[in-house]
Amino acid sequence: MRNIGHDQQKQRSFWQRIHIDVPLLLGILALMILGLFVVYSAGGQESAIVYRQITRLGIALLVMFAVAQIPPLSYQKWAVPVFVLGLLLLIAVLLFGHIGKGAQRWLDLGFMKFQPSEIMKLIVPIMIAWYVSQYDLPAKISTITIAFILVLLPTLLIAKQPDLGTSLLIASSGVFVIFLAGASWKLIVTCIGLASAFAPVLWMFLMKPYQKQRVLTFLDPEQDPLGSGYHIIQSKIAIGSGGLHGKGWLQGTQSQLEFLPERHTDFIFAVFSEEFGFVGVAVLLSVYLIIVMRGLWIAVHAEHAFTKLLAGSITLTFFVYVFVNIGMVSGLLPVVGVPLPLVSYGGTSMVTLLAGFGMLMAISTHKRFIA
Amino acid sequence: MASNKRVAIRNHSAEANLFARRTFIAFIGILALLLTLISNIYDLEINSYEKYQTRSNSNRIKLLPVAPNRGLIYDRNGILLADNKPVYSLEVIAEQTIDLKKHIKEVSELLDISEEKQEKLFKALKSKRRFKPLELHSRLSAQQVALFSVNQHKFPGFFIDARLKRYYPFGDLTTHSLGYVARINRKDSIRLAEDNLDEDYAATRNIGKLGLEKYYENILHGTIGHQEVEINNQGRIIRTLDYAPPISGKNLTLSIDIELQMIAKRALAGKRGAVVAIDPRNGEILAMYSNPSYDGNLFVHGISSKNYRKLLNPKNDRPLLNRSVQGYPPASTVKPLLGLTGLEAGVITNESRFYDPGWFQLKGLERKYRDWWAPGHGWVDLNQAIEHSCNVFFYNLAYQLNIDNITDMMEKFGFGDLTGVDIWEDKRAILPGRETKRSRYNKPWYTGDTIAVGIGQGYWTVTPLQLAQAFSILANKGDIKIPHFLRATAELVVEEVAINDEIISGESDVNIISKMVTKMTDYDDKPPIILKNNKHWNLVLDAMHNTAQKKYPAFQGARYDAAGKSGTAQLIAKKQDEKYDAEATKEKQRNNAMFVAFAPYENPEIVVAVVVENVLEGGGGFNAAPVARQVMDQYFGDRVIISTDKSKHPQHNNVYGADKKTGRN
Repeated sequence: MRNIGHDQQKQRSFWQRIHIDVPLLLGILALMILGLFVVYSAGGQESAIVYRQITRLGIALLVMFAVAQIPPLSYQKWAVPVFVLGLLLLIAVLLFGHIGKGAQRWLDLGFMKFQPSEIMKLIVPIMIAWYVSQYDLPAKISTITIAFILVLLPTLLIAKQPDLGTSLLIASSGVFVIFLAGASWKLIVTCIGLASAFAPVLWMFLMKPYQKQRVLTFLDPEQDPLGSGYHIIQSKIAIGSGGLHGKGWLQGTQSQLEFLPERHTDFIFAVFSEEFGFVGVAVLLSVYLIIVMRGLWIAVHAEHAFTKLLAGSITLTFFVYVFVNIGMVSGLLPVVGVPLPLVSYGGTSMVTLLAGFGMLMAISTHKRFIA
Repeated sequence: MASNKRVAIRNHSAEANLFARRTFIAFIGILALLLTLISNIYDLEINSYEKYQTRSNSNRIKLLPVAPNRGLIYDRNGILLADNKPVYSLEVIAEQTIDLKKHIKEVSELLDISEEKQEKLFKALKSKRRFKPLELHSRLSAQQVALFSVNQHKFPGFFIDARLKRYYPFGDLTTHSLGYVARINRKDSIRLAEDNLDEDYAATRNIGKLGLEKYYENILHGTIGHQEVEINNQGRIIRTLDYAPPISGKNLTLSIDIELQMIAKRALAGKRGAVVAIDPRNGEILAMYSNPSYDGNLFVHGISSKNYRKLLNPKNDRPLLNRSVQGYPPASTVKPLLGLTGLEAGVITNESRFYDPGWFQLKGLERKYRDWWAPGHGWVDLNQAIEHSCNVFFYNLAYQLNIDNITDMMEKFGFGDLTGVDIWEDKRAILPGRETKRSRYNKPWYTGDTIAVGIGQGYWTVTPLQLAQAFSILANKGDIKIPHFLRATAELVVEEVAINDEIISGESDVNIISKMVTKMTDYDDKPPIILKNNKHWNLVLDAMHNTAQKKYPAFQGARYDAAGKSGTAQLIAKKQDEKYDAEATKEKQRNNAMFVAFAPYENPEIVVAVVVENVLEGGGGFNAAPVARQVMDQYFGDRVIISTDKSKHPQHNNVYGADKKTGRN
């Protein structure tokens, strides 16, 4: 065993030894660099904003690198206690949380502010993957039921803050594990049926007025073009007026003249499509597709059920990010606060995201050590 | 070792297969969702590109209207009557100031701006956007401009804005003909909207309110220009994309001679009245002045209520009234026209005579219609009757003519109708006749009314302009020219002139030349008055010539041949045999003095009509004729135009003495 291990270790490349998956890293860096250009354009062409973003990207990359060094199977030990801690923190947020932008998302620890829901984005897939992978696949109904409950707890707590975007992402990360674990199609169809039955209940009792307004606005933004419909209308104008080749970098009138709101954060995709056009969008989506394909490749080639499920869930959730953001900005989905991953300006979610990629890299590179 | 046991029974390859299948399905789902995204974006960016391109442009591109310069107005000799002068206002852009309140205080102290104006600005600040300029002071003096310019660096966000405003250099001399411009009000806006002109006036602040400024508004205004600018979401201008300059309004050249106008003003000094001078050959109005007048410049910047009350105060003799288009009883001035009517109707001939015992009486009626000359003129023919303004002759004539003949002929001379002059203030006044009396007073016509009309009194008023026009027609022997102010319009025409005839490689050098192109204004004549017997013109004109030469001291020594007729209008009815005593009569009820004249007699070039209200002593000959003389003297200047035919120059012999003594004609 030792010899074989030794031989294999010899065969490893430099990148494998430092636990970096090169195709994934290239895709991530490509998007980050692209993002810097767009952030510069969208942020009023100030270099200060670009430097801040570079700092954040640097930190996030370091986090990714650090996470990649941890053997993925060791997550399992920590899954339950960290998950419970996460739930407690979420409850604490609801009780003592700091209110910002009309929602309680932050926990003030005295020396820093802390957003427990971000951590849950990672813990939930780990927890569910750990739980489900303890049993034979395809997972049984009883396993799935408990898994569902485990997903639902943090989802509801986060939805209550209210943070619809994050709770949606967390729910999907859990659901993806269940799906990949082989939940029967009968069950999936039933769940979709139940969910649609649940929708009116959600509408009547759980959604806040501003959330309802977002949905109404999504259905017909032109009914209030200067009010709630303004964002989406201006965003569609920005995208549409980009045309095939776009107006050129720094030349997007919708963004440069500030008609577009949230230009460098949630609506950065509109800036990108205005300035780089359909061609730019096709390139951007291709890069995302490449990352997703690499993530799925890593998942399929993972050695354990736990790592397979975890890698699959992280990758699919990453795609959900992309889909929800672009869908929202281009008017396919209602406005929920989800940034465009790796491109949007912003700190916390970037760190979480790259920690996720760190796990993918760990799964991809730690294989034969533990076997 | 439960864990090991579980691992032992696990089918790893089956699980891997299941996972791979599920991953593949998820990947298919991802592709489907990506396809949805990309097709939606394809729809936005490719299919609907033009729609969003347009919306994007309408977001950022705004058209700012640029007001055209108003056309200038000149007199017939090219002297400027209506100018555009820069007016300086102090403006503030709140957003660009450092310490708004403090600086407003300081700048107000520096330029002596009232508290009231500061308050107004603070109030405006609350409702207006902070990057829009707001006015702190509207009309800065040259001194204030200089003072501010020196200190401008201390007041960021404060600046001086220059705008062109109308200025009438001759002030009250021209107001009744030029009129004035003033701020566009709600009524004007509604009218502009109805005429679909609101877009053209988007940047215009003032509009013609009176006189020629109003009549020729559409010529003077010009065409709006546009500045195409890029704005941001706050509406702030980022840069100018395109500029379509406005086209200035056309300049007007009037027939008015400002010097003649000045003489008219001087001649009327201290009197209430009006002068109208027309060139009968073409209808050009040479002078039109109404006294007292007022300064139109007052209205350009918005007249203060104090000044406006002053203009309305009856004590100030109603300067707003344009007396040259107000109706006055024509009195004896129209006797030549009535004589012509008599000749044409065959009621009299040049030889016909009536006996004047000093009064006229209708058969079977008590009332005696008095002659102004109580002893009576004895036997008089038409010529003498006009010369001496014999009332009894014209009582008889009017009686024999009957009112319908008079109405018909006076209508032909333009009475009771608009003259067609190019100011809207033109009035119809009152045409004597059955219909007028019925429609205006709802009363039938009595024979007695006809008798009064015989001497230009009763149901008859004429405007000085109508009077001048009627005698222009007479002087023209029937030719009718529409009276007007506008002689010519001038506009800047831009031409591209090729420098080289040869076009080298498809490109030619082009020089852009702009020049003023003047166009004389054409007027159509009305159909002339055609008499049954053309000699009748001469008979009446002769009589007027004779009258001017013999009767009016005012025309003694003139170096041109004038013909004229005076009139003295009674404003209150006297009782039978009551004597008129000017001193005892209230000022506003005293007689009006009228005079109408033309010269030279043989080829008339100028017709002057004068009215002087409420004279204390004397009549038209004494009070109004000298005004006409001064205007005509100015008109003819050094020219000597006296007929060589001695017979046409009867000696001056005023049998009845100067009319100053008699108080009448």
